[in-house]
Amino acid sequence: MVTSRKGAGGKTAAKKKAGAAGPDLVQLLTPEGDLVEHPDYSIDLTPEEYRGLYRDMVLVRRIDAEGTALQRQGQLGLWAPLLGQEAAQVGSGRAQTAEDFAFPTYREHGVAWCRDVDPVNLLGMFRGVNNGGWDPNEKNFALYTIVIGSQTLHATGYAMGMQRDGREAAVIAYFGDGASSQGDVNEAFVFASVNNAPVVFFCQNNQWAISEPNERQFRVPLYQRAAGFGFPGVRVDGNDVLACLAVTKAALERARTGNGPMLVEAFTYRMGAHTTSDDPTRYRDSDELEEWKAKDPILRMRAFLEKNKYADEAFFKDVDTEADTVAADIRERCVSMPDPKPISIFDHVYAEPHPLMDEERAEYGAYWESFEGAH
Amino acid sequence: MSDSTSKTQQISLGKGLNLGLRRALEDDPKVLLMGEDIGKLGGVFRVTDGLQKDFGDSRVIDTPLAESGIVGTAVGLALSGYRPVVEIQFDGFVYPAFDQIVTQVAKMRARALGKVSMPIVIRIPFGGGIGAVEHHSESPEAYFAMTAGLRVVAASNPVDAYWMIQQAIASDDPVVFFEPKRRYWDKAELDPTATPYPLYASRVVREGTDATLVAYGPMVKTCLEAAAAAAEEGRSLEVIDLRTLSPLDLEPVYASVRKTGRLITVHEASVFMGMGAEVAAKVTEKCFYSLEAPVLRVGAPHTPYPPSRVEEEFLPDLDRVLDAVDRAFAY
Ligand SMILES: Cc1ncc(C[n+]2csc(CCOP(=O)(O)OP(=O)(O)O)c2C)c(N)n1
Repeated sequence: MVTSRKGAGGKTAAKKKAGAAGPDLVQLLTPEGDLVEHPDYSIDLTPEEYRGLYRDMVLVRRIDAEGTALQRQGQLGLWAPLLGQEAAQVGSGRAQTAEDFAFPTYREHGVAWCRDVDPVNLLGMFRGVNNGGWDPNEKNFALYTIVIGSQTLHATGYAMGMQRDGREAAVIAYFGDGASSQGDVNEAFVFASVNNAPVVFFCQNNQWAISEPNERQFRVPLYQRAAGFGFPGVRVDGNDVLACLAVTKAALERARTGNGPMLVEAFTYRMGAHTTSDDPTRYRDSDELEEWKAKDPILRMRAFLEKNKYADEAFFKDVDTEADTVAADIRERCVSMPDPKPISIFDHVYAEPHPLMDEERAEYGAYWESFEGAH
Repeated sequence: MSDSTSKTQQISLGKGLNLGLRRALEDDPKVLLMGEDIGKLGGVFRVTDGLQKDFGDSRVIDTPLAESGIVGTAVGLALSGYRPVVEIQFDGFVYPAFDQIVTQVAKMRARALGKVSMPIVIRIPFGGGIGAVEHHSESPEAYFAMTAGLRVVAASNPVDAYWMIQQAIASDDPVVFFEPKRRYWDKAELDPTATPYPLYASRVVREGTDATLVAYGPMVKTCLEAAAAAAEEGRSLEVIDLRTLSPLDLEPVYASVRKTGRLITVHEASVFMGMGAEVAAKVTEKCFYSLEAPVLRVGAPHTPYPPSRVEEEFLPDLDRVLDAVDRAFAY
């Protein structure tokens, strides 16, 4: 498959994705909502737990949509939507224990939800009132990282710390298919491997890095790269919340029990734009989008719940109502987020006093104050 | 181990760092050393000699050869409660880690609104004068000093090396720690029971009345030699070792300039955009009416560090410093 492809960037390559679904894709729930068997991974949840995953995905989609809406209304400068990636994020998010630690990119709103991080925290950076702002240690959820790939090293270092402390927990590092080209991601693989660090690398291969398709990033399916670093890699259907949950759970458990890192490639699709500033119609075929709409992670979970009579109309209505409430709450708290005082830019740069900081704080403070009441 | 801290001894700058690191490892189990070849080999300059033997390979860690990886994993270790001290083997190899240092290490605390610290020390042997090949003689300190969130210091002598490395490790801020590689073998008397000079403070290392020389790292010795030579010609030069490049401690410099009226800054890095430019600007602002001459800067031309056969001509030396002093007196 790989060798038959024309040169990188060739026209024919665009159709045949490096990550096209094949026998190496772990799937437990079909797009039609039917359970399927897999020799290595299985899932057996209570109806309530299945409903919980559906609820999570609907709420996460709604939080995400609210982010986009708030950007359109001028309340956020930018938003990085996750439409289509709900299963990958909720599945991997719900696989974590409270003691595990997650290192996100800038798009892990669904993972944040599963880690019980207040969604309003996620908006600060996009609104421009801070560059993160939450305490990573409160929910074991690191700050969003914009520089792509950087956080995979932080995750690995954190895992090395956990390992030293003998903590029964693991770390999960999120990154994208585009980030897999970065040196940091590959260095993280090396450090994790030689240290047998308890870290799971979770790549959401949403097929696009802004406008660049997988073909511009790699010629060997991503999950296969793990073998070269000396740990297992597996590709999971990223639109199948059950498979994402089962595989990530196994990978985290494996790491926790001293068996080292693992790479999980969640094969999914970014149905919307890269960010609210992006225009995917410039580089993406609309039929590609249609194809992936049919694999929607939420519709498939709903079909599963309905087929098995695990949920009734009232449940689905309740979830939608709850989504309305959550969205309204976020909107209200977002618009009332105050701008930081200009003088606050000097806060928290250093742990200990820094004379230049103090001097400039005093100078700028006096300057800004001279305008008070002037407008 | 413990008698390493009890009696006065003659040590080299490299040994001062070694003893300082040893003490830090003894005092705090959260201190970890990481870098390339720092274990069995003891580092290419032997600064970590014997530490892995005594503290084990989980505290003195030979890392893969990946600078971004070294600093990036140190960020994670710091987040998990450790105090990593990383060694970058040579100045010219810090650039692969530059991204992690300036975008992550420097900004993490502000990004978290003060809820996390980055107590990381990044040790970098820097500067030329040892006849090395390309990328082994650079002076990248201004890149780091320009970045808010980092602290940058440079040791110039064995006693400072011993104390400053311990103080840097104890700091809750990230510290980029420059070691003047051509002074690693210089010796001085260390009293490990003495009270250390503060880390973030410059220091008058020779008093004088006619002109002030400001330097740091390898050039402090050169300036002291220049001052000794000038004394023979009847000129009294004050020499100040900056020691800290961020924050810059310029009060002693202002006081000195108010006394001498003349200032020359000296470093190996290029004059253009170098630390000397910042010192000159500040001194002009604060001591304008005390100045008898413009602040003059001695440093490298704006070229890549040259092949070693011409580094003698490239690097500021006693003559170049004294020439600048002459020019300052010509005004
Ligand atoms: C080091 C770096 N280079 C470039 C960018 C600009 N940028 C932001 S996201 C992105 C694409 C990332 O794609 P991918 O890793 O696949 O993640 P996705 O956003 O698709 O989830 C780029 C180029 C960046 N943030 N960091």
